[in-house]
Amino acid sequence: MEKFIKLVSTAVPLPIENIDTDQIIPARFLKVTDKKGFGSNLFRDWRFDDNEELVTSFILNDPKYHGSILVAGDNFGCGSSREHAAWALVDYGFKVIVSSYFGDIFKGNALNNGLLPILVTPEFLKEMTTLIHENSSTNLCIDLENQTISIENHDLVAHFEIDPYKKICMINGFDDIDFLINNKDKIEAFEKGNK
Amino acid sequence: MDKKTLFDKVWDSHIVTSVPNGPQVLYIDKHLIHEVTSPQAFAELEERNIPVFRPNQIVATADHNVATKNQHLPIVDVLSRNQIEMLTKNCAKNNIELYGLGHDYQGIVHVIAPELGITQPGMTIVCGDSHTSTHGAFGAIAFGIGTSQVAQVFASQCLLLEKPKSLRVNVNGKLAKGVLAKDVILYIISKIGTNSGTGYFCEYAGNVFEEMSMEGRMTVCNMSIEMGARGGMIAPDETTFDYVKGKKFAPKGDELEAKIAYWKTLLTDEGAVFDKEYYFEAADIAPMLTYGTNPGMGIKINDTIPVLNDVSFEKSLDYMGFKQGEQLLNKPINYVFIGSCTNSRIEDFRVVAHYIKGKQKAKNVVALIVPGSQQVAKQIQAEGLTAIFQEAGFEIRQPGCSACLAMNDDKIPAGEYCVSTSNRNFEGRQGQGARTLLASPLVAAATAIEGKIIDVSLHLN
Repeated sequence: MEKFIKLVSTAVPLPIENIDTDQIIPARFLKVTDKKGFGSNLFRDWRFDDNEELVTSFILNDPKYHGSILVAGDNFGCGSSREHAAWALVDYGFKVIVSSYFGDIFKGNALNNGLLPILVTPEFLKEMTTLIHENSSTNLCIDLENQTISIENHDLVAHFEIDPYKKICMINGFDDIDFLINNKDKIEAFEKGNK
Repeated sequence: MDKKTLFDKVWDSHIVTSVPNGPQVLYIDKHLIHEVTSPQAFAELEERNIPVFRPNQIVATADHNVATKNQHLPIVDVLSRNQIEMLTKNCAKNNIELYGLGHDYQGIVHVIAPELGITQPGMTIVCGDSHTSTHGAFGAIAFGIGTSQVAQVFASQCLLLEKPKSLRVNVNGKLAKGVLAKDVILYIISKIGTNSGTGYFCEYAGNVFEEMSMEGRMTVCNMSIEMGARGGMIAPDETTFDYVKGKKFAPKGDELEAKIAYWKTLLTDEGAVFDKEYYFEAADIAPMLTYGTNPGMGIKINDTIPVLNDVSFEKSLDYMGFKQGEQLLNKPINYVFIGSCTNSRIEDFRVVAHYIKGKQKAKNVVALIVPGSQQVAKQIQAEGLTAIFQEAGFEIRQPGCSACLAMNDDKIPAGEYCVSTSNRNFEGRQGQGARTLLASPLVAAATAIEGKIIDVSLHLN
């Protein structure tokens, strides 16, 4: 997993509520057996129409908006547990998703792939979305160490929460498997106690 | 003494250790896997040279991408075939029990584990599928996980998790005729929304759930994820014990008696406090139908679509081709799907058969019956339901997830409406451009007969 410490980037605003993982990556693309290449099908049915033509009105197809931060609407990543959604976002180039609510499983999947889900208040989200809409070159600054999200040259700043263990994992690029395997003795002892 | 919830009791008894100021290590009793979310996890372990820690606690099946016709023939779709072959190879290599295509126990993972007695009260159960919440119907902690977590469980039979908050949904009173478990859960989600359960584990309590069959309880718990909750649970009782007893992998004899004695302790203590609690009256619930693109967008079948000034709401109605304030009654429907991990158990098909017996489906309708498992399919045959479905013009398929997520060829064409007993009405869920209306098996059956939406409660004897 890639390390995540600080990030300054422009952002793509996608203020649609309840974006489920079926929209992020439709089920028909889940038939592969590796983790690569999902980015080309990210938001497939919103980016392309039935004739495989680009939907120019969709924000990801608007060259004005780009960057490694997706500023989404409320309840992002609800629905299916498919980790392919996190892989697709990472493969496309996103490193951070900002929302006022995240689906539980998606949030875990994101963190396990070095994709940082940042939870902010609905008011902050709205204000941030408006600023990006007004000026697409607006830079967002993410500081994981200090757990802050701010806007460059602007006084809009918010603190965000992250599980302290997950924060260490993100900053160092660790994952849970290492931790669990190092606890084998305890796991085996637990099994004996429950026999 | 501390008052504990059902969830606390099961969770606390599975804690291996805790990270200071961090998550807990939760021991997993049963790990269910399928072809779609496991290959990358097996690959991860192989790359890191880590063996599967407890292969005998893993059960595999093929369900998500399988064809529901001609399952005895080689799989035509190359990618699907590759996924199934990969699962077979991975299971053989790691000594994991696989109920693949052609096996008597094959079926939707959340249908087979309960019917085989793999699912038992007080267990922790995970699967790389969000509808793992189904197994909570037995008083188990069961929830969906991502593929990284599938790899973690392979490697250690454990997961690192923060304990979720607690939520209880109480429904008391008497359900009206024609109101099924599916209506109860669709009603709850329509009232509390799709994210009110996020961060919580839900317990369903009240006489409505106590009086439900295990099939009904599974339907309810199955859709816990649709209100955002990681899982849902119902306290085990005599209905649960009777269901588990005699199942293939259920404990037997003295072991069963000892287990039942323990399972009886898995009740929320009187006075235990939940972080959030909701109360509903059974009498307020009617046959339900969804009109939008998330499961919270549901109404009583004879109500009108709400009027709301909201961009996401308008986008959703636009996709569905519906207008604010209009009724769904009498809308023509060309597709009906009865299946999925929500409603593909024998009881669901009995309801359908009972309603359609002696009737004919409308000419405009394609009605699909997809049993949840080989065992359900056999039972349909044994109970003589096959003839009823065939005479009514319904098409009976072979077990799999089918048109619930349309990974195989069972897709609803773009623009068409499908009244479906599945769990998600997301855009494109049943095929690109398909429009899904979630309903109970009874509402689905009535729709197939009429070729349009009717108020089924007016058509019951």
